[in-house]
Amino acid sequence: MNIHEFQAKQLFRDYKIPVPESSVVTSAEQAFTAVHALPSDSWAVKAQVHAGGRGKVGGVKIANTTAAVVDSVNQMLGQQLITQQTTAAGLPINSILIEQTTAIKREFYLSLIIDRHAEKLCFIASIAGGMDIEAVAAATPEKIISLFIHPAAGLQAYQCRQIAFAFDLQGEQLKALHQLMAGMMQLFLDKDASQIEINPLVETETGELLALDAKINFDDNACALHKDILALRDTRQEGEKENTAKQFDLNYITLEGNIGCMVNGAGLAMATMDLVKLKGGTPANFLDVGGGTTIEKVTEAFKLIISDKNVKAVLVNIFGGIVRCDVIAQGILGALAQIKTDLPVIVRLEGTHAEEGRALLHNNVAPNIIPAEDLDHAAEQAVALARGAA
Amino acid sequence: MSILIDKNTKVICQGFTGKQGTFHARHALDYGTKLIAGVTPGRGGTEHLGLPVFNTVQDAYDATQADASVIYVPPFFAADAILEAVDAGIKLIVCITEGIPVLHMLRVKAAMQESGALLIGPNCPGIITPEQCKIGIMPGNIHQAGSIGIVSRSGTLTYEAVHQTTQQGLGQSTCIGIGGDPIHGMNFIDVISRFQADESTQGIIMVGEIGGSEEEEAAEYIQNHVTKPVVSYITGLTAPAGKRMGHAGAIVTGGKGTAEGKVSALKSAGVEVVNSPSAMGIAMKERLLT
Repeated sequence: MNIHEFQAKQLFRDYKIPVPESSVVTSAEQAFTAVHALPSDSWAVKAQVHAGGRGKVGGVKIANTTAAVVDSVNQMLGQQLITQQTTAAGLPINSILIEQTTAIKREFYLSLIIDRHAEKLCFIASIAGGMDIEAVAAATPEKIISLFIHPAAGLQAYQCRQIAFAFDLQGEQLKALHQLMAGMMQLFLDKDASQIEINPLVETETGELLALDAKINFDDNACALHKDILALRDTRQEGEKENTAKQFDLNYITLEGNIGCMVNGAGLAMATMDLVKLKGGTPANFLDVGGGTTIEKVTEAFKLIISDKNVKAVLVNIFGGIVRCDVIAQGILGALAQIKTDLPVIVRLEGTHAEEGRALLHNNVAPNIIPAEDLDHAAEQAVALARGAA
Repeated sequence: MSILIDKNTKVICQGFTGKQGTFHARHALDYGTKLIAGVTPGRGGTEHLGLPVFNTVQDAYDATQADASVIYVPPFFAADAILEAVDAGIKLIVCITEGIPVLHMLRVKAAMQESGALLIGPNCPGIITPEQCKIGIMPGNIHQAGSIGIVSRSGTLTYEAVHQTTQQGLGQSTCIGIGGDPIHGMNFIDVISRFQADESTQGIIMVGEIGGSEEEEAAEYIQNHVTKPVVSYITGLTAPAGKRMGHAGAIVTGGKGTAEGKVSALKSAGVEVVNSPSAMGIAMKERLLT
């Protein structure tokens, strides 16, 4: 789960990670008031969306006067921000962070992640702050420091000193960095984060360390344990279809093609998308209906798929395991009877009671339901029919 | 022959009297698995499905000397269940549960490091040696005793590989779903090394997906240590970067863990990588004939 920068910075404050003074606003009037409460030479006006790369597309502006702040807020509010990390539609700007600016001496990078190979938490630090860290890692790997945290021993002072000396910090700054890293660790563990990233972490002209940006992701598997974190969820930043899918416990991701896919199992769902591509088509979505495929779930899955106007054909790929294929076929027929779509629906059933399932589909009168003999043929048919309709 | 489990493997079930535990324990018994007891705290001394129920795994182990335990408890209690099995002395722990927080698994892995116990999963279908022992949620009827070892991060893709090798008349020696979570128990190398050493396994099918680097590590291992034919399918070529594709572990981040990278690592290790999920069985048959 993602949260906004202003929410992440509030969590930083709770964990004594220093951040600039700021205020979040949702109107020009609020912006006017906020500026007066934040004495500064200039202000950063930052669009709050769940994506990086805001600065390059006008989502972060520096304003020198109250009027300029209000102007920027008026320009941004209600717009869709399209960055390299968003889809072509972009994400809505519903709130804006107004922040005091500070004279910056140097910029660093600092993040805390889970390293799945080492099976440990890992701090990643770099003196090349404010840049795309993946580009830094590729071009100048010597500028990246990785420090693994032992799950039982926890963060050690020497590890903080290692990073502090690499950053060429002095005196009190060493303690400040230790406190900041300890805060990141505690926040990560307390709230089941999956990533905390500060880019840039800055050293101000007066020698203080300050998290100028803040990004936190949380482990979806753990969110139910943290009501306070769940309350930070902003569904406007997540796709409409993705939100509907969550309600029905379906795993759905919008893609940009025209062949809707309904599959049981995450691996098989990905494989179905790949196969559609291999046969020359493009998948419209990833959709895992899960194990216990009920009529209700299949119906909701179909509704979701055909609500995408790009979809020209639907490919259903089910491997019946403990759930029998004839039961699944009934579910598909029941769902289609309710929805009444004219789109071609190609159905591949395999596994337990597959013959009986296919027979049910064959005996059905709806001309748009096409039972397929095997997966390759199913994908080929879907691609051909989608192309014919396009 | 097989790896890890056979007809003599004594199995207990944690979360035995729950809905999932009951459903799958019944299927396991029907399949012929030597399921001999279950554990549900507070239900010790009772019977369920004709088997004794114990309060703790230690009690169950002391009474039965079980070789393996299968876990069907809800996600927030699963880490506790795994460590309880480890402490009781169970040597093979199969955790089916999906949705365990990553930090829980981090602690579990660190805590069980020196125990010598093996963990399969979590978020997996389990392990089966066809016609002998089924521990998990896979449909028993699609399996057939035979010569192919199957290891996979995905449940339904394991079933595809099983179904295809059955149709080709090859059958399976043992099939293991290692699970779709980023932090999990046995990995590809742990399983493939056992298939290499197992006399009854003549070929290995490995099903991987985007995220992490275990396929790349397996490729290096295969190149240096595996003489049996290996067929592989890697899924997620069309998955957008930065999105979790159903499995918590199936995500491409920072250009790492891509399907392309895995396919090319496996190909350079001499593995036959098929580009359609329906070609695994036939590719293996052809490899064995040549």
